[in-house]
Amino acid sequence: MQDFSPGNLIFGGLIAYAVANLLYLPPVELSGRFNVLYAVPFIGRFLYKLVVASFEVFWLSLTQGPRLVNAVVAVQLRSQSDLLVTVTGHALSLIPGSLVVEVDRSTSTLYLHCLNVKTPEGAAKIRSDVRATEAWLIRIMGTPDDLALLQTEVRFDQENEEREEGIRK
Amino acid sequence: MSDTLIDVVTAVLMIGGALMSVAAGVGLLRFPDLLTRMHAATKPQVLGLLLFLLAMGLQMRSWVLIPVLLVCWIFMLLTVPVSAHMVGRAGYRTKHLRRDLLSMDELDEVVEKAANKKAPGRNPTERPDET
Repeated sequence: MQDFSPGNLIFGGLIAYAVANLLYLPPVELSGRFNVLYAVPFIGRFLYKLVVASFEVFWLSLTQGPRLVNAVVAVQLRSQSDLLVTVTGHALSLIPGSLVVEVDRSTSTLYLHCLNVKTPEGAAKIRSDVRATEAWLIRIMGTPDDLALLQTEVRFDQENEEREEGIRK
Repeated sequence: MSDTLIDVVTAVLMIGGALMSVAAGVGLLRFPDLLTRMHAATKPQVLGLLLFLLAMGLQMRSWVLIPVLLVCWIFMLLTVPVSAHMVGRAGYRTKHLRRDLLSMDELDEVVEKAANKKAPGRNPTERPDET
């Protein structure tokens, strides 16, 4: 460890070059933007949810154990970008009680296995949670198109809420 | 910060990390099928490693070590969901799961629809969305 000698660095570079060229994968399309102002609170949210999820799994294993009831929930994401779908799937496997079982790339749909989901309301909560995580990631590193879509959606929701409040009054 | 305080914080972190490893172990033993066990193998373990690495960083007290510890955890974050996904996907496809424990399965509907679409046309070149 801590060996920064030229031989070591060159050998590492060679291995990286060989891996990148011999095991060729489709290039990752970067969106060209990265918003640090959203990334820092996202890391905080991630760590908080990681702690909550870990203790939840611990608690469920102790109290429910073999009687656990689960669900496989389909969640359609907004973004079509491979990178964003991958990052969202990664984040989801680690934070709420979910695990990516299958990905439909053509429709950006994730199929998640979720612990302790007994009712459709539970599944709806998972869906909104997943879309909230995706919204965070779009704000951090999504393409401008996805960001515009998200902002339209947020505005639409706000207007709907205001209209409902107006009707109630 | 005094040495005693650092030692106490380190001890708390290490006990927390060990607790998370126990959580993963208990989960592996008590959960009923492959997919639920994968949950136990991913979440508590990642947090446990983070706590242990933090404890190490506090005890070693050298700044050069921090990037190594950080890289260690980031690689864990990158690889754990991939392995969980691969095992989960293979397990689902080979039906290594207990359907009686699922309250709903939205993937099953899709799989069945795809199977029904493929079944009538036996020509492998035929695309399912054209039928």
